[in-house]
Amino acid sequence: MDEILEILEGDARTTPEEIARMLKRSVSAVKSSIKKLEKDGIVLKYKTIINKELVRDDHSDVRALIEVRVTPKKNVGFDYIADRIYQFPEVSSCYLMSGTYDLLVVVEGKDIHTVSNFVAEKLSPMENVRGTVTHFILKKYKEDGDILRQPKKDKRQAISL
Amino acid sequence: MKISKPATIIPPSGIRVFFDLVLGMKDVISLGVGEPDFVTPWNIREAAIYSLEEGYTSYTSNKGMLELRQELSKYLRHKYKILYDHEEEMLITVGVSEALDLALRATIDKGDKVLIPEPSYVSYGPNVIMCGGRPVFIRAYPDNGFRITARDIDRHCDRKTKGIIFNYPSNPTGTSYSRPELGRIARSIERHNLTVFSDEIYCELTYSGTHTPFPNLPRMKERTIYLNGFSKAHAMTGWRVGYACAPKHVIYAMTKIHQYTMMCVPIMSQMAAREALRNGERSVQAMKREYRRRREFVIQRLNEIGLPCHKPEGAFYAFPSIKGTGMSSMEFAKRLLEEERVAVVPGTAFGPTGEGYVRISYASAMDNLKEALERMEKFLKRRGA
Repeated sequence: MDEILEILEGDARTTPEEIARMLKRSVSAVKSSIKKLEKDGIVLKYKTIINKELVRDDHSDVRALIEVRVTPKKNVGFDYIADRIYQFPEVSSCYLMSGTYDLLVVVEGKDIHTVSNFVAEKLSPMENVRGTVTHFILKKYKEDGDILRQPKKDKRQAISL
Repeated sequence: MKISKPATIIPPSGIRVFFDLVLGMKDVISLGVGEPDFVTPWNIREAAIYSLEEGYTSYTSNKGMLELRQELSKYLRHKYKILYDHEEEMLITVGVSEALDLALRATIDKGDKVLIPEPSYVSYGPNVIMCGGRPVFIRAYPDNGFRITARDIDRHCDRKTKGIIFNYPSNPTGTSYSRPELGRIARSIERHNLTVFSDEIYCELTYSGTHTPFPNLPRMKERTIYLNGFSKAHAMTGWRVGYACAPKHVIYAMTKIHQYTMMCVPIMSQMAAREALRNGERSVQAMKREYRRRREFVIQRLNEIGLPCHKPEGAFYAFPSIKGTGMSSMEFAKRLLEEERVAVVPGTAFGPTGEGYVRISYASAMDNLKEALERMEKFLKRRGA
């Protein structure tokens, strides 16, 4: 992967000036590389990773992983059905899978009922959807490479030779 | 109780007072740490935990676990084309520290002189003294990027000179040597019939050029004691695992001393080291990429804020000049600590040639480095530098 991407993936706040120093390139070269990455849709957007485990309250969303088995549609395969599913704002992620089911859909809703309603009223009745299995997430430990807990303190001695 | 002569002459760490100052202060950003800021990769820690669960709590062979030596031999052969036999030419030690101590004790007699390029890592001089030898320091000047030359060796050698402790990439300067430079040094070493104690602990962290192991130079293997370990590349400082590779009769002698003093390296550390060799390369490369970026960042920032700094080839240290401030190394370090709460190590900790310099470790998260350099910039601006 491009080193600029690696740096931004680790810390999206890194400025072009800092990246330029780290990679020993000119600031303008870095700026135009980033522009290009954005234009090509490789960098989609810059987000903040929030440890939602720590800001949980009565209004927190619940999340479910839903296994969906579908009948692929002639000529367009799975993409057409996936597209119909992921357009719903309740869907936060959607993947095509190998194995015993076809699509893995991650759904977020304000409570269990919202999610069940979505499955019962939107997802299951869809043409081509043959069946669903819903798993609610109880606790998150790690997400997208980040362990969801306070970073540990540096345990090294302040000075060593 | 009486204290032995060598234990009396070896100096305590010259900057102990400064250390205590740092330790007594809160909210300090420390760029004074001589070890990786990464925690040992999980697969390595997990392997050690598993070995404990399985009940591996015994002594091992004095030389180190057979499987570890086999892996090591394979690793050195594949990665650096260094050929050592795992049965007779290899010894697993408690870090490079023990390996160097054993190597000196096995080969240096009372009164023998050992050359040490300086600024140098703090233990080399005392190590030589402890085995009755006499350290002879060769000043490595900044105008040559803190490198010594064959000529320097020639000038410092006499009939009593028996060895040279060579460390590249270097702690504290980060300086390394190219193959032609090493070739010329090797010829001088051969002329004077010296033993080479080659401490290459930072070799994996070489960013400019490629690292040439000393035993790979023509006719050098037979006179080199190759010292290396897991601490820096695999972020395993606290595990204390290193190794020495050398001709059979040297390893035989070193093993005898090791057997009567240390017996063996703790088995869980050896288990961890074995995992590092088997499945460690990916993490090493990821850490190295990160260090390299930090190096570029730190060197450029130092030069911008008015602390000229040569570009180190390896390790994770920058060694900028602070001469422009008119302060001594110690004064600079103390004031910077007191006024801006940034800790660096005065260059004089590594010998008199370090006067006018400080060691900055970039084994610290990028955010810390950014903040520390901003504080240093403020510190210098106040002085109109």
